[in-house]
Parts: sequence; structure tokens; C-alpha cells
Amino acid sequence: MTFLTTGLGAHIRSASIRGKVRGGEHSARSVLFLIALWLCLFVAFGVLLTLIITTLIDGSSRLDSRLVTEYPASGPERAGLRPAILGSIWVIGVTAVMTIPLGVAAAVHLEEFADRKKWFNRAIELNVQNLAAVPSIVYGLLALGFLALLGVQNKNIVIGGALALGLLVLPVIIISTREALRAVPLEIRQGSLALGATPLQTVWRQTLPASVPGIATGAILGLSRALGEAAPLLVLGALVFVSFDPNGLLSGYTTMPIQIFNWTSRPQAEFHELASAGSILLLLILLAMNGLAIFIRNRYQQRW
Amino acid sequence: MTTNTRAASYTTGSDQKRTIHFPDEHAHRSKGLPAVPNAIIECKDVNVYYNAFRAVTGVDLAFGSKEITALIGPSGCGKSTLLRSLNRMNDLIDGARVEGSVTFQGEDIYHREVDAIEVRRRIGMVFQKPNPFPKSIYDNIAYGPRVIGMKASNMDDLVEEALTRAALWTEVKDKLKQSAFGLSGGQQQRLCIARTIAVKPDVILMDEPCSSLDPIATSRIEDLMYELREDYTIIIVTHNMQQAARVADRTAFFTALASEETGDRTGLLVEYDLTKKIFESPADQRTEDYISGRFG
Repeated sequence: MTFLTTGLGAHIRSASIRGKVRGGEHSARSVLFLIALWLCLFVAFGVLLTLIITTLIDGSSRLDSRLVTEYPASGPERAGLRPAILGSIWVIGVTAVMTIPLGVAAAVHLEEFADRKKWFNRAIELNVQNLAAVPSIVYGLLALGFLALLGVQNKNIVIGGALALGLLVLPVIIISTREALRAVPLEIRQGSLALGATPLQTVWRQTLPASVPGIATGAILGLSRALGEAAPLLVLGALVFVSFDPNGLLSGYTTMPIQIFNWTSRPQAEFHELASAGSILLLLILLAMNGLAIFIRNRYQQRW
Repeated sequence: MTTNTRAASYTTGSDQKRTIHFPDEHAHRSKGLPAVPNAIIECKDVNVYYNAFRAVTGVDLAFGSKEITALIGPSGCGKSTLLRSLNRMNDLIDGARVEGSVTFQGEDIYHREVDAIEVRRRIGMVFQKPNPFPKSIYDNIAYGPRVIGMKASNMDDLVEEALTRAALWTEVKDKLKQSAFGLSGGQQQRLCIARTIAVKPDVILMDEPCSSLDPIATSRIEDLMYELREDYTIIIVTHNMQQAARVADRTAFFTALASEETGDRTGLLVEYDLTKKIFESPADQRTEDYISGRFG
């Protein structure tokens, strides 16, 4: 054994461990890379900040109670977002009611029951992932075609808008629900099954309740994306001048992004201010929704 | 535990003399090989495959009713795989397949008219890592009876009974509504045992139930197993040979054979006998090598 020891001994250096390592944290390349990273962050953040600040400055004069209580009017000083806010609530509410149960059920099937060896299940999985990246206007066209096929004359109805936004939100909900289900450890399912529970009981009483925080977070984020959408609703012929409150599934409506879009295309500067004020309001709502999602995640998420 | 046992000296790898208690009530049938009276589960020529890979080969084994049987052997010898095939938990793994026959009270559990759910209601399982549900202590126990639709006149009594049998009642009776995650590892494992008892199975399978616990918690679980043995059949997989020596009536020693072509390790049963026999005078050289620590 001695020859081995001396052989190894030849490689042992007794030099000090002090000093800089070549290619370490303070080499020129590392520093340059770090600067590039900071620059990227600065550009992205700077653009966002500029946008928000200019919008705030433009819209601050109209950020008052009339913005939420008044109907659109030909004179900018009398105009407000009231029907658009109610319209947004209606459309997003109906979207949520339609898509959350459907999306969760689809995710449970794919994650817990579908046989992954079957080609059609794999095809569905792949499609769901791709659908999340499809431009929203395509969903608007799809909903338009679907309503035309049903013979619906007036396509600017709450349920029609909810259909288009639902198609948009569905993949997001399916994907986030699947992730939440996957985060539940296998041991929990095994523990339940070992007690003689059926697979369905296991999903219903263990896996699904444990993933509610993840599902809620995903659903809120998906819906907040839908809330900011204008394109699919414009394809469906959303009204831009609504002087009544929407009152049902078949009622005409407008939403906040559409009203904002309409105001920005007017020539008067006052309407542009109004559009900025509307944008701020929309931004605040979205911020509140995302904040709620983060709160739910942090407060209720199960640590395994 | 002391009444029915006698002490035997046993030298461990570290040359420490330890005293181990063997249950002595079956001493009169220690002669002769595996004939197990009142067997509740019998395996005949059981082979377990994961797709093309054979994990366990040709196991003939009978588990006595209201006895503790230990399955020991080196890692990868298929003892956990065999254990999981006894209550069809292997059904949950893609590509797992059992050949041969596993009978429970004379009925083939893999018969096509047998529902795996019913098998698991009769043959419960405690896992390696404590896996309490993310619910209150009370709901962890009540879950099983609720899902199998057990007619319990009073759920509170049922929960108390299960927790008492699992020697956990006095520790948790004032915090039944609190999360089970607040318990220590040993308490969680006893909760999982209590949860299993609550559905009143005939057999409890334990897959290395003490491997994540400290010696004190381990000894409490062992005492518990000894008490449960009066009413339940227990089959335990363990890496801890002294644990097998302490608690088991019978011990089965498995080893792994590596295939010359693929290097895949297939488990097979080497020797099965009363625990005392296995530890004091094993018939097979491989058993003796393993018991005395001369094995890898």
C-alpha cells in the first residue's frame, strides 16, 4: 500500500488557499456578464416604470368617483366606465363559472386517471400545452365560428364573450391544476388507497382538497389575463358605446379594455386622459387579483 | 413481553453483547421446515415483474395468522416488492405484474373477480415514511372508516379506540382537532398505525416502519407491534436484523442474485423458519453470513 500513498502524495500541494481563483467570481468575464444581466433588468423595469408613470400623470386628473359611476358620453367630462366595469365583472364571472369546473375535471382526468401509454392521451396533453400559447384573437374567431354555427345572430352577448375568454383561460387552468395535483406526494395517495379508499375517493377527499391553493392561484392568474383581453371580444363585435348596465347572459356588454381602446381612438385629449384613468383602474384590479393569488398561495399552500 | 420470551446472547458486528428476547411459544414446532399452521396468506411460486425485469422469483411462503413475520435481506432483494404484492399495492405501479398465486384465507387475491379495493380493506399497510394526511389527527383516523362506509355508531369512540390501541391516545387526546403534521415522526407513524387499525383489517403490512425513527420511537413501535399481534397478523419488512430478532415469530431471509447478462438483481427466498432458528442455527450458509454481518 505504501507505493500508493507516495503516488498520491506527489499530487498534494502545500500552497496557501488564499488568492483569487482563475475564472472565479471577479474575473473580467464574470463581471461583464453580471453587468449585462443588470442591464437587461434595468431596461425591462425602466420601460414598465415609464409606462406606469406617464399613464398615472395623464390619467390622474380623471381618477375620481365619476369614472366608476358614469356611463359613456359624447362629452368626455360626463363620461365614465360604469357599464364597462359591470360588463367585465359579468363576462369574467361567467367565464370562471364555465371554465374552472371543466378545467379542474380535465386536469384530474389527465393527471390521475388517463393512461399515459395511450397515444390519444399524450396527444391531448401536447395540445393543451400548445393551446396556452395560441394568440387570443384565434379564440375570438373560434367562438365567432361556433356562435355562427349555432345560428346566433347577435354575437355581442355576455355568454359569447365568456365562451371566447373561457377557451383562452381553459389551458391555463388545466396546466396549473395538473401542477398542483402533481405536487401532492404519492405517499398521500398510497396511504388513502391502502385504507381501502377507491381512486375516486382518494382524488375527491385527499388529492383535490390538498391542491385547492394551487388551483385557486392558477385560476385567478388565468382570469386576470382574460380580464385584460380586448382582441377576442372585438372580433365578436363588442359594443364600444353602452349606456346601460348588462343584466344577463344574453345582454349586450362592453368591457374595460374595449372602452379604453375606444377612448384612445377619439381625437379629444380629454378622452385620452379618461383612457389613462381607466387603464390605472384596470391595472389596480389586476394587481389586486394577482396579490390575492399570491396571498392564497402563501397562506394555504401545503408544505410537505 | 417478558412472560413469553427467553433471552439469548447475540454478538453484533461491533462485538457488543446484546440480549435479545425471542418469543418462545412456538418452540415446540421449531423442528421441521416452513409448515405454518393457520396460514392466513400463502404465496405459491410468486414472481413479480416490472415490465420485463423480474424483481422477485419463485417465492413460496406462508404467513401465520396472528403472528409477526419479518422479511429481511440486503437492499434490492425484493422484500418490499413482495410485501406490496400481498395487498395489490403493486397494481398502482405501471408495468408491475404478479405471477403465481397469492391467497388470502384460501382465495386468490389476483383472481379477476376480486377487487383490489376489498383486498386493501382486509390487508392494510404502513409505509416506510410516516404519511399522515394533511388533516386533523381526528380526521386522519376517521378517514378510513368514512371512506369504506363502516357503520360506526359513534365515530368518537372509534377514534379513541384506534388511538388507544396504537398507544397514542394519552399524547393526543387534548389536540385531536390539530393538524397531524404537528406530531413528531414517531407519533406520526403510530398515527398511521392507528389509522390502519381503525378500518379493522385482518393483516397489517409494514414496510420498514421504523427506518426514519430514532431508537426510542422505534422501541415504542416494536412494543406496539407486540401488543397488536394478539389481534392482527403482522408482516414487516426490516433492514434491522435485531428488530426482526426482537419482534418476529418467523423470519424469511431473502437475497439478490445479479443476472450475468444484464446485471439486474432478482430477489429470491433463501430460508424461512422460526426467528430463533434463523438467528441461532440457520440452515443456509448465505443466511449465516448475512446474520453474522459477513455479508457485503
